[in-house]
Amino acid sequence: MTNAPRLFNEVLLEAKNISLFFGGVKALSGVTFDIRKGEIRAIIGPNGAGKTSMLNVINGFYHPQEGTIRYKGEMRRAMRPHRAARQGIARTFQNVALFKGMSTLDNIMTGRLIRMRSNLLFQALYWGPNQREEIKHREFCEQIIDFLEIQAIRKTPVGRLPYGLQKRVELARALAMEPDLLLLDEPMAGMNVEEKEDMCRFVLDVNEQLGTTIALIEHDMGVVMDISDRVVVLDYGRKLADGTPDEVRSDQRVIDAYLGVSH
Amino acid sequence: MTGQAGSGQPAADTFPKLLLHHAEVRPGRPAMREKSYGIWQTWTWKQVADEIHLLACGLAAKGFRRGDRIAIIGDNRPRLYWTMCAAQALGGVPVPLYQDSVAKEMAFVVDHAEVRFAMVEDQEQVDKLIEIRDGCPKLAHVFYDDPRGLRSYTQDFLSDYDSLIAAGRAFDRANPDYLVGEIGRGTGSDTAIICYTSGTTGNPKGVVLTHDNVLITARNAAEMERLTDREAFLAYLPMAWVGDNIFSYAQGYVCGFCVSCPESGATVMDDLRELGPTYFFAPPRIFENILTSVMIRMEDASALKRRLFRHFMGVARRWGIKILNKESVPPGARLVYALGQLLIYGPLKNTLGLSNIRLAYTAGEAIGPDIFDFYRALGINLKQLYGSTEASVFVAIQPDGEVFADTAGRPAKGVEIRIADNGEVLFRGPGVFKEYYKAPEATAETKTPDGWVLTGDAGLFDERGHLKIIDRAKDVGRLINGTMFAPKYIENKLKFFPDIKEAVTFGHERPSVCAFLNIDITAMGSWAERNNVAYGSYQELAAHSRVHEILKGHVESVNRDLARDPLLAGSQIHRFLVLHKELDPDDGELTRTRKVRRRIIAERYGELIEALYAGKDEVLSLVEVTFEDGRKGRLEGRLKIIDVETCPAAGQEDRARQAAA
Repeated sequence: MTNAPRLFNEVLLEAKNISLFFGGVKALSGVTFDIRKGEIRAIIGPNGAGKTSMLNVINGFYHPQEGTIRYKGEMRRAMRPHRAARQGIARTFQNVALFKGMSTLDNIMTGRLIRMRSNLLFQALYWGPNQREEIKHREFCEQIIDFLEIQAIRKTPVGRLPYGLQKRVELARALAMEPDLLLLDEPMAGMNVEEKEDMCRFVLDVNEQLGTTIALIEHDMGVVMDISDRVVVLDYGRKLADGTPDEVRSDQRVIDAYLGVSH
Repeated sequence: MTGQAGSGQPAADTFPKLLLHHAEVRPGRPAMREKSYGIWQTWTWKQVADEIHLLACGLAAKGFRRGDRIAIIGDNRPRLYWTMCAAQALGGVPVPLYQDSVAKEMAFVVDHAEVRFAMVEDQEQVDKLIEIRDGCPKLAHVFYDDPRGLRSYTQDFLSDYDSLIAAGRAFDRANPDYLVGEIGRGTGSDTAIICYTSGTTGNPKGVVLTHDNVLITARNAAEMERLTDREAFLAYLPMAWVGDNIFSYAQGYVCGFCVSCPESGATVMDDLRELGPTYFFAPPRIFENILTSVMIRMEDASALKRRLFRHFMGVARRWGIKILNKESVPPGARLVYALGQLLIYGPLKNTLGLSNIRLAYTAGEAIGPDIFDFYRALGINLKQLYGSTEASVFVAIQPDGEVFADTAGRPAKGVEIRIADNGEVLFRGPGVFKEYYKAPEATAETKTPDGWVLTGDAGLFDERGHLKIIDRAKDVGRLINGTMFAPKYIENKLKFFPDIKEAVTFGHERPSVCAFLNIDITAMGSWAERNNVAYGSYQELAAHSRVHEILKGHVESVNRDLARDPLLAGSQIHRFLVLHKELDPDDGELTRTRKVRRRIIAERYGELIEALYAGKDEVLSLVEVTFEDGRKGRLEGRLKIIDVETCPAAGQEDRARQAAA
């Protein structure tokens, strides 16, 4: 979609030599790559390559046994997910993780939680400054609803929505956090062509208009090659290749990993 | 200010003049609403007038001159409606386009109307105009309402709405009297709008309507229906359709009522509920969908609620329509109806957003009598009208108290209707279009020198003086004995039965009328389930003798209906058969929009038609079918032919009864 390759210099997040074991299983071994401010970064690889593990490491859900992560210039090793959220990392999940009984609007409002100041008691009273605060947050949520074109399901319980829309609500909730870095775990899995096109458009719009840096895992190669600025390829927990979509596409090791080689 | 429509507006013969009138007479009343960010935003007549003033000045600053045409493309948005009026203030002509047209279709209209300006809603429409711009060199300026996604666009002919307003502000400061002068120069005979009609064959034609056409027609209808400035209307139908221009724009300006724009196309039903409009238009399809969703949701309700619903709907069907028609109804029935209003009708109308409805119209195609009666029984004043783009909509309207499911009503105020010798409906009146844009030949074919317009529809006046539209004139045929045969009219009557999915009738140059039927597998299947009728396939159910009995009853009831009309009594159905396969677009039997393709069906099933007329009881059919994956197969079936009783025509029946007495 972008004609000339865009240039990004400022490193937002740098993962160095990350290794992660579960007992004897090596999920990631010595993976090094960076995410630069403002770009759309894709992580691809065959099943079990360690893509989701990598996202989990980035947002502090897993703690790697080896390696370091530098985020916004700060070094960290072990971090809890809520700390990551406070520092501006939001994510969506491979299997939708929403509150099924709550409405779309309420689900998105939960994304605002980390930005709310007043305590539970005052929120329950809905009075004075707390009312003003709630109105401010609601306004922000409405902008996201408008942005993702989900006005029609504002009040629908999320559990009643089709899968493609649930994915969109999840993205909305992540956006409500006003993240600096947005991690999307297979945002288009299980969608039909039209839903995929919509989602692509939203991802590009988020990146372009809100300036959010995006790291996404995706299996649809058409999508990846279309929208991402740089692609990192994982296979069996190792980094196989890293570069622009064109470079990655023509990399022999990537072709082998995806198509298989005769041994 | 609760003024009656049309009173006290002697000099306001154009839209911009009406706007100034309302800004003066009812400056604080709401003129327009739109839901954005989840909240209804309101603009008063004064605010709208000020905004349109700046908008018109902005257009003038960009070089918009008297007679220029501006394309308007997008969903119903206040700013797009305001652009219409702003263009008209400068003596220009808005050309609204269907927002879901593909770029190629737009290219034709933009080129044909020699559009120099365009006001579009968003990136989607901008992209289409960029795509066609090479083929439309005259298109010089494109303005957009929603800047989303357009930040990186660098084309110099693009600019956003706000910059247009800013240019208008500067222009207004430099030429403070310019716009008032321009509005004063406009007269009622100026062109107000060009509506392109989606021609089924060939390219679309641009129907040129003047301010007088649109405003007088809108005012006449508003007076007849006693519309006031307190009405609330929801504008959700495509802006390119003449109906939207009349209902959401012209009548709003004539009466001074408030028009609301929905949040998005998908939220219309929710917005309807929140607004509770008093005045509503929808094609039959939408009324049908609403009814279906009500019925499905009632199936899931508790047993008590279901019983209450069924009981009170029975009451409503019996008395509600009479109460609405102001006929005499016994006080007891009124009391029960009032109870139903409290328990069922009120809450139901509230859920549908129809609580405040005073007037609802439907038009465009035939509406099923059951659907029609459902709404009227609830106390919703749903009426049918017959109209066309060439008439600025209103040709015939059903007056209050004379509402029937099967007519289009009486001629609208100021409109004359004539039935030509071949059965075609002709009309003449204040709304008759000026011409087809740049197509004098087409104009001459449709409009006679003395102002009669040929509609291409065949119709008749029934004994109540109501116009009945029966078919497209070119489809109407004659039986051998000369009786008129209107296939679609009969087929529609058959298809109003939920059990019948499709019907094809034959009769042109034949001795009598015969029919093919397709059962509706959902409706008939559910009947079979309830009545322990076992079946393995569509073909098996369609061949079941008890199914044939039911269908025979339906056909006979259609015959009784036809017999009441002296002109159509001769075209009752004598014999029918139930096809062993569903008519399918994949086999070319239907168009993609599910219209019957008579010629192809007649070819494919030639031997069946012959069997119907040869008096056989049974026929063996062998047809080729195309499966969804494109493979072909052959379907064989032995079809029974069923004879149907016909009724004597209405006049003869009376005579027979007299003779018996």
